Amino acid sequence: MAITSHLTADGSTLNIVIDGRFDFSAHQAFRAAYETLPDRPEHYCIDLEGTTYLDSSALGMLLLLRDHAGGDRADIEIVNCTDDVRKVLTISNFDQLFAIRPH
Amino acid sequence: MASLTILVADDTPTDRLILERIVRAEGHRVVCAGDGVEAVTLFEREQPDLVLLDVLMPEQDGFDAARQIKAIAGERLVPIIFLTSLTDTESLVRCLEAGGDDFLSKPYNRVVIQAKIRAFNRMRHMHATMLSQRDEIAHHNEHLLQEQAVAKQVFDNIAHSGCLGASNIRYFLSSLAAFNGDVLVAGMRPNGNMMVLLGDFTGHGLPAAIGGIPLASTFYGMVYKGFSMTDILREINAKLNTILPVGIFCCATMVDISFRKQRIKVWNGGLPESFIFRRSTQQIEAVQSIHLPLGVLKSKAFKDDCLVYELASDDRFYMWSDGIHEARNSDGEMYGEERLRDVFRANDDPEQLFNSILGNVQSFVGEEEKHDDLSLVEIRMEPPQLPTETAGAPVRTLQTPSRTGEWAMSFEVQSRSFRSFDPLPLVLNVLAEVPGLRSHSNTLYGILAELYSNALEHGVLKLDSTLKNTAEGFADYYEQRDQRLDDVDEGFIRIHVCHTGQGEGGKLRIRVEDSGSGFDAQPPRQVPNVRAYHGRGLALVERMCDAVHYLGKGNQVEAVYTWNHDDD
Repeated sequence: MAITSHLTADGSTLNIVIDGRFDFSAHQAFRAAYETLPDRPEHYCIDLEGTTYLDSSALGMLLLLRDHAGGDRADIEIVNCTDDVRKVLTISNFDQLFAIRPH
Repeated sequence: MASLTILVADDTPTDRLILERIVRAEGHRVVCAGDGVEAVTLFEREQPDLVLLDVLMPEQDGFDAARQIKAIAGERLVPIIFLTSLTDTESLVRCLEAGGDDFLSKPYNRVVIQAKIRAFNRMRHMHATMLSQRDEIAHHNEHLLQEQAVAKQVFDNIAHSGCLGASNIRYFLSSLAAFNGDVLVAGMRPNGNMMVLLGDFTGHGLPAAIGGIPLASTFYGMVYKGFSMTDILREINAKLNTILPVGIFCCATMVDISFRKQRIKVWNGGLPESFIFRRSTQQIEAVQSIHLPLGVLKSKAFKDDCLVYELASDDRFYMWSDGIHEARNSDGEMYGEERLRDVFRANDDPEQLFNSILGNVQSFVGEEEKHDDLSLVEIRMEPPQLPTETAGAPVRTLQTPSRTGEWAMSFEVQSRSFRSFDPLPLVLNVLAEVPGLRSHSNTLYGILAELYSNALEHGVLKLDSTLKNTAEGFADYYEQRDQRLDDVDEGFIRIHVCHTGQGEGGKLRIRVEDSGSGFDAQPPRQVPNVRAYHGRGLALVERMCDAVHYLGKGNQVEAVYTWNHDDD
């Protein structure tokens, strides 16, 4: 598991890229990626291209981010998910809360 | 300068004496001859390093003596310096033509003589060094050729093997180059299907050939166990991608032929289009490459979709490396695809097609030209007669292992291992050995991971998931998890896996049992509020499996997973 994040030059979008397994062990790194910013960006983009697997605690973490980013007003995109990851997101009805874009 | 033995041949005693003295003063040993015949005799006996030879002598003159001495010396460099009072150009030229290396004019000049001896001694050394290096190179080369011959035999046994001798396969692999980087492997699956892979590694020689070995061993290791073509291609691609340097990869066509269903599955990555020749219509259908070659893409990006064709009895499938299309004639013109199609058009006896193609290409290229990476394979849609013993292939080729593997395993993780040991990869590895289950790995991992986390966090570590109701609690939860993992000194988790084969697929029961007090859970569980931070684990498992049972006092959860696998 490796989490990298970067803010676009204008500070409007935070990109978070997750490689490997996205599970409980990512908790601190994932939280640090958005909590340490001085200002809250308008958009968030979670890139799951390198994510091989996502477990139920990772779903919880995505929701924590969503509430941090404004709850129902949050603008979060989940991009590049593989079929298996997409399945887990769909089972949990996460498409109601996030803009999910597959490959 | 080391002391040399120098032969001085002069018929005038005073001249000889002067010369002998000059040379000896330099610390060399001197052997003296009074005429040409004596000079040759002394040369044979004393093996001098350098010869000072008078041109005009009784019995035999210096020219003849020089020729004989050079012949005796063979490839050893023995410089001959002619001693002469002649000054006409013609005489001096004759000296050199007779094998002389230089000449000294009489009367002698001590300084010039000494300088010439030194200069020719340097030349002698260089010559000796060159000879020994030449011999060393020749020795190395011979050694290399021997090694290559042995390596080629090993390579051929591995890379051109399997059931290539089957009655429905004909193939040609040019063997002119020691290694040409083409690989052809064939094997029978337990269900009676035949799999054939033709590969062409980029480049030539040993670097190109070496990738053929992992390719072939992966192919045979998996075909006989019954893995599907996509599993095998994925595995080969991953292996080549890992071990080959960037820029070396393998263009390949792989086919899975079901004689029972008269169907052929084709995957072509980077080789020229293959042909299906239909007997009924005498027409060809081209199967294009729609993929990147093996070894180029990382596993995640690799595409394994195949093209499927219905074939009739005695239809034929042709595949080739680009050696045919790129074969050139003496004008540098390429054979190309049109000529290949012409051979099919002109043909009236399918049985002759293979030889016609080969003959046509060879006559186009011309007798004397070499075409060192030309590979051609023909497969007929007809259940094969297999040769009783196939070189290179394991004996189990012809066995038919049972498809309905029934087995069970139990695995227990004890308290002191919870912190450092993750049993999931191990269990998953076992599951991935079941042909057909490999493509379900991600889902199975998901099921196992949820059940194991559940057993560990709630059963063994007794964490309270309501902690996760808030963001702060979420963090606390994982801090406590970490803390308790350090402290835990009792408890266990057992993973039981039970597999039963069912037709083309099977049923897997995964039961995870923990030492905790259990919980009261009645399926089906509701998917929790979509906004809640926790509580999804078991709900996810229920959706990924056919059934989930809660057993014992709620400390055992069993997931039932059935799968179908029909890839004939």
